[in-house]
Amino acid sequence: MLGTIFLLALRSIQRHLLRSFLTVLGVVIGVAAVVTMVTLGNATTAAVQNQIASLGTNILQIRPGQGFGRGGGGPRPPNFEMADVTAIEQQIAGVKAAAPQVQSSGTAIFEGTNWSTTINGTTSAYFIVQPWPLAEGRGFTEAEEEAGKAVCIIGNTVRENLFRGGDAVGQRFRIRDISCDVVGILSKRGQAGFGGDQDDVVIMPIKTVQRRFTGNQDVSAILVGVDDAYSTEQVQSAISDLLRERRKLDGKEDNFNIFDTKQISDTMTGTTTLLTRIVAAVAAISLVVGGIGIMNIMLVSVTERTREIGIRLAIGAVSREVLLQFLVEAVVLSCIGGLIGLVLAQLAIALLSPLMQVPWTFDAQINIIAFAVSALIGVVFGYFPARRAANLNPIDALRHE
Amino acid sequence: MASPLISPPLISLRGITKVYGEGPNAFQALKGVDLEIARGDFIAIMGASGSGKSTTMNILGCLDVPSGGEYLFHGHHVETLDRDQRALLRRKYFGFVFQGFNLLARTSALENVELPLVYRGDSRAERRDAAMEALDKVGLKDWWDHTPGELSGGQQQRVAIARAIVTRPEVLLADEPTGNLDSARSREIMELLTEFNAGGITVLMVTHEPDMAEFARTVVHFRDGLIERIDSNGHGERVAG
Ligand SMILES: Nc1ncnc2c1ncn2[C@@H]1O[C@H](COP(=O)(O)OP(=O)(O)O)[C@@H](O)[C@H]1O
Ligand SMILES: [Mg+2]
Repeated sequence: MLGTIFLLALRSIQRHLLRSFLTVLGVVIGVAAVVTMVTLGNATTAAVQNQIASLGTNILQIRPGQGFGRGGGGPRPPNFEMADVTAIEQQIAGVKAAAPQVQSSGTAIFEGTNWSTTINGTTSAYFIVQPWPLAEGRGFTEAEEEAGKAVCIIGNTVRENLFRGGDAVGQRFRIRDISCDVVGILSKRGQAGFGGDQDDVVIMPIKTVQRRFTGNQDVSAILVGVDDAYSTEQVQSAISDLLRERRKLDGKEDNFNIFDTKQISDTMTGTTTLLTRIVAAVAAISLVVGGIGIMNIMLVSVTERTREIGIRLAIGAVSREVLLQFLVEAVVLSCIGGLIGLVLAQLAIALLSPLMQVPWTFDAQINIIAFAVSALIGVVFGYFPARRAANLNPIDALRHE
Repeated sequence: MASPLISPPLISLRGITKVYGEGPNAFQALKGVDLEIARGDFIAIMGASGSGKSTTMNILGCLDVPSGGEYLFHGHHVETLDRDQRALLRRKYFGFVFQGFNLLARTSALENVELPLVYRGDSRAERRDAAMEALDKVGLKDWWDHTPGELSGGQQQRVAIARAIVTRPEVLLADEPTGNLDSARSREIMELLTEFNAGGITVLMVTHEPDMAEFARTVVHFRDGLIERIDSNGHGERVAG
């Protein structure tokens, strides 16, 4: 009997195709929206977490500046010096390593190929602070660092674009007005959500960059690796005290900022998770509105088909059969709507993922949940109209115009 | 006319009353109807508009319940049955034909005729065969895939008759079946009803037209919610065993 009722429902949906489509539009949009939003939201959160994990945890980043939310007024705060880096490394407990950073940029030239890139001057400590293994070659030697030799380690993007993927270690290329020997190639790290392509970099000993490019002894940022056994908060405040003393800030405000990558990570994943939830909630409301749409049109349908119901009752359908027919119809409708919504969601995800720079993902769980909810919506919002149909008086129903 | 040798009546109504509405708006449509219907009879019910013909038909067809009195079908009280029990009784014993045809729109003649069999739980093949046979009996075998919109009034009513008899009911109830048809089409319908009656189905029909009542064996005249008189058309030779 249920099979027959199922067929009856399909026939009836088929007979009123346009109306059926309009009925489920709300569910289609609701399901598509929920699945798309949640999938993309989760993918974004995962991507942010990945990027931050690739930067390494327990890292403090120190930059000159007046703190968040301050205007650019007043003199620019002074940069750091190498002595600050040494002091942090030697005087503060829990510091695994401290790496200075100086940034510059320039066009690299190799056999007629040009490539504009970032030049990052640092020390070997850079690779202790954060996990960034070499894909090929070696790191800097102490002698190279001491002497400020023109050697470099290049990121994967530079290797692909400047050397066209060919052998790079041992090659010499020109950057700005110097010739530079490639000693190592970094493993691929991928896109960073903030700060662009991390692999588009040429890393040189800091002395080389200072002497040849920036022309001064300034250090523009310090990366500090914190030992796992120590709390980053404690190390952070110790560094803060040390730098205040060294920068003679007695009574004055800080003119440097210390960022904790873990804090940044937590804040960012917290934000994306919250955003995902808010957007999903809004989408879920549209799903409920879709359910009300189904109820509304099912009620119209019951009124419109009162005579049909009268015929079925006269012929000998019992209440339960009429109830079941309309209920099955509502559930089949909302399930069809749910399926269409799922398909649309996959299309939307495939379309939006590259735009949002997140990998394409298929989240089985959210798809199953969304489909189950659409079926449930059919039951819940189909029940009331179905019961109304089942309780009609056959004579009145037959007389209905 | 009823002979004691023939089995007890198929249907007997005893003091049936029907009141519509309540309180000051209450209206008594039937004021005590007594009627016995023998198996195989062909009854025409006549009377002025509002005299209670449809009300009686609805009660006879178990579509409605009387306010008072007794209704015995095959000797069993059916006036006390609940909604679903009456539905099951209709499914098994009664076929209905209405003035307005009442076919499902946008649905083929075949599917319309199959409809009662769906509720009996017949298989697809059984439904199809039985429905095609019924359509053949009303002369519409070749029209099985046409929807009501593609059929004339007379053809629609014949589909409705096929739907009513496809379950091989004992009783066929037709409330003004020719009310919307011209006289030639009406005669075709009456000939079909006569044919099915000859095949053993008890036919109860409401009509305004004396011409149509001519086809019946017994004519019951209603007036103001009561049976005024019962006439016999005297073609008793048609009684089926
Ligand atoms: N559902 C109803 N509610 C109130 N009055 C009704 C209802 N159905 C019929 N009546 C009244 O009962 C009387 C008999 O109706 P009906 O049996 O349909 O008459 P007929 O079929 O002989 O024309 C009429 O006066 C009609 O107005
Ligand atoms: Mg009437």
